[in-house]
Order: sequence, then C-alpha cells, then structure tokens
Amino acid sequence: MSLLSMQRRVFLLASSAMIAAATLLPAPAQAQSRQETLLVLVENGPNNLDIHGVGTSFRSYVAAWNMYDRLVTFGRKTLPDGTLSYDYSKIEPELAESYSVAPDGASITFKLRKNAKFHDGAPVTAKDVKWSYDRAVSVGGFPTFQMAAGSLTKPEQFVVVDDHTFRVDLPKRDKLSLPDMAVVVPAIYNSELAKKHATEKDPWAMEWMKTNSAGGGAFKLDKWTPGQEITFNRNDDWKSGPLPKIKRVIIREVPSPGNRRALMERGDADISVDMPQKDSSEILAEKGSGKYIVVGVPIENSLKYIGLVTTQKPFDNVKVRQAVAHAVPYEQIYKSAIYGRGIPMALGPADAPKDASWPQPFPYKTDLAKAKQLLTEAGYPDGFETTISIDLGDATASEPEAVLLQESLAKIGIKTTIEKIPGANFRNAMLQKNRPIHIASFGGWLNFPDYYFFWGYHGQNAVFNTMAYKDPKMDALIDASRYETDPAKYQQQVMGFIKLAIDEAPRIPLYQQILDVGMQKNIKGYTYWFHRQLDFRQIEKL
Amino acid sequence: MLRLIGKRLLGAVPSVIGVLVVTFLLTRALPGDPAAFFAGPAATPQAIEEVRKSLGLDKSLPEQFVVYLKDLARGDLGNSVATGQPVTTEIRTRLPASLELTLYGLLVSVLIAVPLGVLAATRPGSWIDHTCRVLTTAGVSLPAFFTGLLLVYLLYYRLGWAPAPLGRLDIFFSAPPHVTGFYTVDALLAGDVATFRAASAQLLLPVTALAIFTLAPLARMTRAAMLEVLGSDFIRTARASGLPKGKIVYGYAFRNAMLPVVTTLGMVFSFLLGANVLVEKVFSWPGIGTFAIEALIASDYAPIQGFVLTMALLYVALNLAIDILYIVIDPRVGFES
Repeated sequence: MSLLSMQRRVFLLASSAMIAAATLLPAPAQAQSRQETLLVLVENGPNNLDIHGVGTSFRSYVAAWNMYDRLVTFGRKTLPDGTLSYDYSKIEPELAESYSVAPDGASITFKLRKNAKFHDGAPVTAKDVKWSYDRAVSVGGFPTFQMAAGSLTKPEQFVVVDDHTFRVDLPKRDKLSLPDMAVVVPAIYNSELAKKHATEKDPWAMEWMKTNSAGGGAFKLDKWTPGQEITFNRNDDWKSGPLPKIKRVIIREVPSPGNRRALMERGDADISVDMPQKDSSEILAEKGSGKYIVVGVPIENSLKYIGLVTTQKPFDNVKVRQAVAHAVPYEQIYKSAIYGRGIPMALGPADAPKDASWPQPFPYKTDLAKAKQLLTEAGYPDGFETTISIDLGDATASEPEAVLLQESLAKIGIKTTIEKIPGANFRNAMLQKNRPIHIASFGGWLNFPDYYFFWGYHGQNAVFNTMAYKDPKMDALIDASRYETDPAKYQQQVMGFIKLAIDEAPRIPLYQQILDVGMQKNIKGYTYWFHRQLDFRQIEKL
Repeated sequence: MLRLIGKRLLGAVPSVIGVLVVTFLLTRALPGDPAAFFAGPAATPQAIEEVRKSLGLDKSLPEQFVVYLKDLARGDLGNSVATGQPVTTEIRTRLPASLELTLYGLLVSVLIAVPLGVLAATRPGSWIDHTCRVLTTAGVSLPAFFTGLLLVYLLYYRLGWAPAPLGRLDIFFSAPPHVTGFYTVDALLAGDVATFRAASAQLLLPVTALAIFTLAPLARMTRAAMLEVLGSDFIRTARASGLPKGKIVYGYAFRNAMLPVVTTLGMVFSFLLGANVLVEKVFSWPGIGTFAIEALIASDYAPIQGFVLTMALLYVALNLAIDILYIVIDPRVGFES
C-alpha cells in the first residue's frame, strides 16, 4: 500500500469515525436483545473453563458454576437486610432428584433425574457422575484437595448402582461430605464427549476442557475470547431447576475501575463485580438515590488478618504478639483503609468468646500503654526492627493498612519496613513462613469454624497457617470437633479453640471482608454464593 | 536493494539468538515460584510439586532450554498458564489489536505533526509556531493514559458522544472474519459497513489519546530539522537562484528534513507498541502490552518469552523498513552502504 492511499484511508477513517461516534445510537433490534441480555463487568475474566484444570483462577468459577450441574446444591435464604444468600445448612437436589444417607452415615445414595440431558443431547447417567468424581479425585492439585475435605479420596468410593442410581461410600460419617458435593468442584461432566477428546497422555481431556464445555448446566458456552469476554446462552432444555429468566450473559473484562463505574453510571452495563471499597462506600452513602446500587454481603468464614510468624524471634514470645495486638490502630484501619467496607473483628467484648459463632470479634483494643508494658515484660523495652509483608495484588486495602500499622508500631518502639510482594510471589512467600509480620486473608468455602481452624491454625501447618503456629492443645480441640456429633460438646470445643486463638494471638483478625456487587436498580434476584461469583440462574431484569 | 535487505536480515540473526537466550535466562531469574502461584490458594506442597512437574519446571535449566528450542522450531511458543491459551494464538489475536491502535495513532499524529512542524519552521515566531509549542508541551506533559481517562470522562461519561470504552467492538457486534486482524480493514474487506463504523468509533478515543502523546516528539523534530535545513547553504543558493518558495520548502528542504523525522517515527513506534499498556488498560483494549505485563506479574514464562521474541522480530522488521525509507528519501544512503 502506498503512503498516499494509506493517508487517504486515515482521512476517511478519521472523518467517518467522527460521524459514527456522533450518530451511534442503538438500533431498535438491539434494544430488544438488550432487555434479555445481562452485561457483567469484571476486572479479570476466567483463565480456564475447567474447574479441575491446573491453575484455574477463582474468576473461572463463574463459568464452571453456570455451565455445569452438581448432584446437589445449597438452598437459599433471605438475610436480615433483605439480601438473598445461599444457605449452607440446606442441601437441595440439583442433578439428583433425591438422595438418602445410610443410617450409619457411611454411604450416600443419589437418584438421578431421568430426563436430564447434557448440552449435546446425551442423557445424564450414573456413569457420567462416576467419571466426573473419579476425575476430580485423580487429577491432583486443587480439585483433589477440595474433594478430600469431604472424605472423598478414591475412585473405589464411587459406585454406579444402575443407570440412574449412584452411591458414594465413605470411611465414616462426615458432616462435610454432602456440603462438599455442592461446591464448584464436583461438577458433572459429559463423559462420552470428554473421552472423544482424551488422549493417551491426557486421559481426562484436560487440554480440550480448558476452552470447551462438556456440561449440562443452565447456561451453554457461546464464545470465549480469553482476556476480553465470555458469553453464555441459556440452555432451554435445562431440567435441574426453574428455567432462568436471563437468555444471554456477556461478561466483559474492563480493567480500569473508573471505567467500570462510568459504564454503570451511564446504564450501559448491568452488574459490576469487582468494586473498589472506595466506590462502593460512596455509592452506598447515596442510599439508593444514585444511578445504581451496591449490594454488600459479608464473606462467610473469611478474615483479613495480621499474621505473626511464631517460630522466629521475637514473635515466638506470646507477650510480643499480644503487644502487637494492642498496638494495631483498628478504628483508623476500618475508617481510612477500607472505607467501612468490612465487619470489625477486633474491639469485641472482653470475655469473648461467648458462643461458638465464627468469625466473631476478638477482644483486642488499641491500647499503646498496655502494648508498651507487654513489650517491656517480654524483654524488649526499646522495641526491635522487623518487616511487614503485603500482597501487591491486594494493595488497595493492604497498603494503607500496612502504613497505619507501621505508624502505630513505631510509637511502641517497633521499627518496620514494608515489603510489597507481587501477587505471583506472595503465596510462595507465605509458604516459606518467614515473613515476621504479614497482612493476608483466608476464607473457607465450607462454613464451619473447625474447617477454618483446620487450615488456618492447625499444627499440620497448611499453607494458610502462615504463622507456622503449632500448639498440641489447639490441634486436639480442632481434631475432636471435626467429627463431633454432640452439638453441646462441639460448641465447647469451638469456644475452646477460639479462646486459645485469642490468648495466643498468632493471628490478629482485622475484619471480615464484604463482597460488594454493583447493579442497576432493575436487577432482581442477585444471590450471594460462597464462591463469590454470580449465579445467573436467579437473576432477572425487570 | 535486495542485497541490502538480505544483508540486514542476516545481520539480525545473532541478535535474535541473543534475545532467545537472554529472555530465557531472565524469565528464570525472576523472583517467585510460578508453580506455587498456579497451584492455587489451597495447594499443599505435593500439589505444588505436581504443578511444577506438569509445567516442566522440575527439569534442569539446559534441559528446559532444549525443550523450548525444540518447541520453537515447530512454531510452538508454549502455553500461557494464566489465560490457558497457546501463546501463538494469544499473540496472533492481540498483536493486530495493538498494531491497529498504534498505527492509527501514529498516522493521525504524523498527519497533524508534520504539517504543523513545517509551518512552524517556515514561520518562526508566528501564532502557528506558538500553537505548535503549546501543543507539543501539552502532549509531552500529559501521559497518554491520563488524556485517555480525560477523553472518556468528557466524551463518554459527560457528553455520551463516544461509545463505551469496552475494547475493540461494541458488545452487540461480532468480530469480522479474520484476514489482517485489523477490525477496520477486515470489516471493509467483508463489506460490513456497520461493523466498520463500530470499530472506528471504538478507535476514536484511544487513537486521539495516543496521537496527542506522540504529536510532541514528531512535531518538534520536524520543526527543528526544517529550521536547520532552511538555514543551510544549498537552500540559500536555491533562494538566491530565485526558485519558487514552494519548490524550496517542499521540494528541497522538506525532503532533506525527513531523515531525522523518520528516525524519530521509528523510535516512537517501537516505544508505543510496548508502552501503550496503560492506554490499553483504560480502554479495555485486548492488546499485547497488557498481556505481557500480566504474564510478567504472574511469572508466566512462555508468554514473556513469546512477547519478547515477537518484539525482537518486529524491531528487526521496523529497522529494515526505516533503512529502506532512508534510501527512498535520500539515495546517497544507498550508495554509501
């Protein structure tokens, strides 16, 4: 192409673009489909459509959740403020029309829906269920690990009784087994379709499943352009629940938070998922008088916390840890770091815990005199030097938190430098368990206090026990509560380990995080789910 | 001419090999453990080892390098773990997006900057010279992402003239059939005027932001080069010989002043390709810069290597193009080499 014709084209382009921009109005045909289409804005989209995949990010759960069915799912409840939430205490049938637990709790039998079909029209049978469960426990990594949390570990446990009857054998009664079958991982795959794409090296068709769906859920994959958008169409043949109201969903990646807000305020998008705390607090302050609303639900079983590595000096000394717990500027953090978008988990009653609820506020208060005194008793009257490590991936909240903590610690003689670790390396840094003070968060999918403590405080020293905390008394209480069937005893055990966590202070809880979702006023039925992603099935546009 | 191109291409081979080795080593020297990152939040040490094995990171460095070269020979740049896609696919879809944006930005900028620079140089001290100075100072001091945000705020949020900053196309349009990867060109080739209009409308704001940013170096370079050439002996001779003013300015001075302008253009272009990450972020543009930065943050080796290699090849091509342009503009360059 010669330079001249190139220039002419640019002139054409520039002028036509001007005209186009000035006259670009939606055509009537588009307005029609707009009403049945849900446009969702996210900061980042899925990276793998297969929940069993290697490195599948939490942003991908939205695809797995809506494209696949599970045998059972959770019920729903209305929270005191009128917001809808899933209900972890209610297990409801999904692909299974009914289930029964054996009297000794050692097996669960599921009756599958006879009319359920996968997206390609193949009927859903028990052998598909077995193949899917086998896959989840065999591929290793996160799915296998999550299955094991419900005592689901070996393919031999999964039995095809007949075409529409499936049984799971358990080593012993486990209260987590059934809930664990309702989380995102045990999705039911179309085994025949998957096997067509399996190879000798890849018997579970992991490669093909990355970008394709073999599901039978309420939404079918339309098109996925990684890094840009993913679109779904409703599966009109869906039998596992009431037909969703929305016909089409578009999830568009918009990295700039300012643009997400502009798109929402102009009414061009329906739902904005990744809300910065500053934006959501401003929109909530309008109390619904603004252009769109924010629905915030506290994330169950999750805490933002300050961790202190207990295996190294000086935090091996419980008094030093307590000193830090009394030097944290809680009020300031709630006000200026997170703009009130969190439920305080400090400043609680002095005689906590009063019950077995979790999470609950610890009795720590900002009391610099007491902190200084504790530090002197521990043998550090002049303080010491150390570092505060934070995750750059979460810098919007963590950075101001770290700065406020740094200022306050300086007042009792603890001089700190802040180490900012890029997202990719943060987990690795936490694994090394040598970052003296770190600000991190952890949440469990299954909403049980013993589940949280098993990962966060137990001496098995999982990744999430970032403090490398070990205490035989703590371990004994957590282990006992895991399979306890007597509610009174269970409550005693839970209160026991919460009390220990308060006294020993290896982890200083800051607040329970809130999941804020922005939506237009005509969006109804939004429901909070443990996986923190949207479930399109319940959403409707009025 | 062909010999020159051949010589240039041969000369680029060692640099490309160097780029291969250095990026391979540099990505491995990045802090952090990709296996721990991609194993996810709930990983046990065993799970991390499994991921490490599946990524091939349990092998020794020389072994990994041989595997990398073997794959490369087959045209396979590996898979991005973060997006789950083959790197070649990612680059094939993302590079045209960045190129389309950058080229239009540069072209608009050249169309404004060069005449502006020439006019400013021929009329020093006039209002047009001052306009040029104000524009270039403003362009240099306003980062492109800031101009971008400002444009979005004014033209989209406040006035509603521009379409939503949602990437390359409005959500109710689908991409035209892939020929060049440039949506505007592909839409015209397919005869789809509506898609062409939609794609052009999406380009309007980011192109303006980039053009304002690149205007400054180009206009200033044109002005300076023109002033220098206009003050030289052969122009004085031409003036003394009574040649018409248009012939002097556009026939002799401008052609001689083009060399430094073309050099600057090449530099600005290569700089832009990598540096418009922030503009891409502001306009949700699915370009290659965003892709590379995200890969870097995630210690995702394959895309980083693929990105650097692509950029190296692009630079080689760009340098070649500029060299050829030199010969076209100034035949003496060809004789010397």
